[in-house]
Amino acid sequence: MPNKNIILKIEGISKEYPTVKANDYVSLDLEYGKIQALLGENGAGKSTLVKIVYGLVKPDHGKMYLNGVEYRPKGPQDARSKGVGMVFQHFSLFDALTVFENIALGLDKNLKKNELKKRILDVSKEYGLSISLDKIVGNLSAGERQRIEIIRCLLLNPKIMIMDEPTSVLTPGEVSDLFSVLKKLSNAGMSILYISHKLEEIRTLCTKATIMRRGQVVKKCDPQNISTSKIAEEMVGTSFSSPKKSKFKKGKECLKINNLSFKPLDPFGIPIRNLNLKIHHGEILGIGGVAGNGQEEFLSLLSGELKPTNGSLLFDGIDITKFNVVERRNKGLLTAPEERLGHAAVPVMTLTENCLITAEHRMNLSKKGFIDYESSKKLSDEIIKKLDVRTSGSDALARSLSGGNLQKFVIGRELIQNPKIFIVNQPTWGVDAAAASSIRQQILDLAKDGAAVIVISQDLDELLEISDVFCALVGGQLSSPENTSELNPSKLGMLISNSKE
Amino acid sequence: MDFSDINFSLLIASLIVAATPILLAALGELITEKSGVLNLGVEGMMIFGAISGFIVTIETKNPWLGFLCSCVGGMLLASIFAVVTQIFRANQVASGLALTLFGLGLSALLGQSYTGIKPVAFPDMHIPILADIPIIGIILFQHDFIVYFSIFAVIFVYFLFRNSHFGLIIKAIGENHDSAHALGYKVILIRFFTILIGGAFAGLGGGYLSLVRVPQWTEGMTAGAGWIALALVVFASWQPFRLLIGAYIFGGITLLQLNLQALGLEINVALLSMSPYLVTIGVLVFMSARRNKNSLEAPRSLGKTFFGL
Repeated sequence: MPNKNIILKIEGISKEYPTVKANDYVSLDLEYGKIQALLGENGAGKSTLVKIVYGLVKPDHGKMYLNGVEYRPKGPQDARSKGVGMVFQHFSLFDALTVFENIALGLDKNLKKNELKKRILDVSKEYGLSISLDKIVGNLSAGERQRIEIIRCLLLNPKIMIMDEPTSVLTPGEVSDLFSVLKKLSNAGMSILYISHKLEEIRTLCTKATIMRRGQVVKKCDPQNISTSKIAEEMVGTSFSSPKKSKFKKGKECLKINNLSFKPLDPFGIPIRNLNLKIHHGEILGIGGVAGNGQEEFLSLLSGELKPTNGSLLFDGIDITKFNVVERRNKGLLTAPEERLGHAAVPVMTLTENCLITAEHRMNLSKKGFIDYESSKKLSDEIIKKLDVRTSGSDALARSLSGGNLQKFVIGRELIQNPKIFIVNQPTWGVDAAAASSIRQQILDLAKDGAAVIVISQDLDELLEISDVFCALVGGQLSSPENTSELNPSKLGMLISNSKE
Repeated sequence: MDFSDINFSLLIASLIVAATPILLAALGELITEKSGVLNLGVEGMMIFGAISGFIVTIETKNPWLGFLCSCVGGMLLASIFAVVTQIFRANQVASGLALTLFGLGLSALLGQSYTGIKPVAFPDMHIPILADIPIIGIILFQHDFIVYFSIFAVIFVYFLFRNSHFGLIIKAIGENHDSAHALGYKVILIRFFTILIGGAFAGLGGGYLSLVRVPQWTEGMTAGAGWIALALVVFASWQPFRLLIGAYIFGGITLLQLNLQALGLEINVALLSMSPYLVTIGVLVFMSARRNKNSLEAPRSLGKTFFGL
């Protein structure tokens, strides 16, 4: 029996990959002019499902109906011509091309330049999405990039718009701008399939939600009438305890950063300008900010991978500015970068070998230039046990682990070396809620035992939860430190979107 | 020593001829690289184009047919590269190097009975009126068809990447093949096409070498011209007009140093022979050092294999 209000009906979609069943008999209805949420942890199968709807992936079984007619897209172009548009999670933009060129690429028809320019400006005016056409995309902020994607999508007059994790890279101000655009669109009759794992935004935006776990739909509900913790439990599958913070005891000064500056060689790199910072033993310093504001550069300057153009670092009273990575590690300054595969761990090496990479000197895993595999293996087994890393063993290749498990291993590898100061970028990015909670607990325990910790993160809730002191990193500059207990979300939002001129 | 022995307008006219093979090969490689494919087989495609064109010209006495077969020969070799790298997804660097070795060997085999023969001359096309202008006429308007073609090709490629939608798609695929795929563009198909175009240009460049520039067949006669073409693309930062300048500088210095050698200048011959390489690289590095940092970088997906669905 066809329902007139339903624009897209998904029935029993299944898709199996060699190692995992990404979608297992998934069904979902999308109504006209509604914003429907699709919730789930990373790896729950949300992205696979929308890729099927957008024609990028072919399902093994199941059917889809668009306006009551069977819908089987041959590819993205086919999907677009039938009125299905998509705004991607990792933006599908071309850094070296201009805004205009990027938009032109997303359209299938070959329009005249001036005509297209006019249409772009019309759409951007209508929905309040301001952009400038001649800028190179590589220099734009995440919010501006997303606007390009949305405009590109809207120019095709879609009936359905799919948004894959649209807020994961935006500042709070940009998020509220985005929401008002989405509400305008849905009032104008557009149906939106909104994918996210952030519960609060689903509650403010959507009236219907479908929750997925391990490829299956586990619950359909109205997010307005159900508690956030209940949704979280449905997403993870079990209940879990949130990390407990003990009382903060400030020790003596651990790391002092004086006028740290850095000029990048990479044209898209972010210069670091005159950073000054003090951090004490037992303190957790949270550094918030949107990606691409110098987080990676900051971490690399502290780890010793980059040499500052100016300034100095004092670590427990010793000037370590000229120390290289190994020397800093030996002194007890340990770091865990954001990119798990390729930076923190070598994908094609085993966990034991990856353990050796950072722990070799500090944990005496080699003797006279010869590797002591036995103790390395013992150490990596210990990490696996302590952090509850789900893997076939320490002989598994790093790339065979899921994101969350590898993250646990990478962080555990540093924690087991008893750092005096631990600097970590995005400790729980792409990690499921239960694992994130256990990683945060480990970080809290480390500080309790007297180490200093710098947590760089884009997840402001995480920083509010675990850090004692908060700074915002914006355009390579640090705001003055504030006690986290005196901050609220709106103040935070102001700090991290500040000084963007 | 007497510089008046060097006729400068003739020198410039012949430097254009000397530069044309490299210019053509480099232009083809530029198109290929813009789509994100690094084909190191330019040298092999060039020399295979040289022998294909040469054999056909000798057998048919028709240099036009010869040039056509140079293109086909280059494309034939390029198609091997395309199949290996795009369909079987082999490493582009290794495949390109293998292609060069294969092309050198195969052309030597095919050309065994063709050494020492002179092909039918390829006629110059004197452009009416313009060719009679003193100096400029000799320099610019008394060349053969391929020289004019190469200059028009540079202009065409410039506008292809600046103004056309198709050029934009090629650029997009070279920048980020995953994004281009997500937008629904046929990455493999378009790369296949640009590889073949690159082969055709390299083959034509080789044909020009054996039919006009030398004109004769000798084993290994490209003598590294393909590698120079590859380097030119990088140093010209993927800009067609810089490529033209680079190729002409290289051709010019090559001729000049030959002339100087003939004059018996008291500089070590080895130093003179290396001067074209040094000057070309020097000039292009100087030009690219002052470039606008954003627009002239290498295509981001260059040399990466596309593993899309």
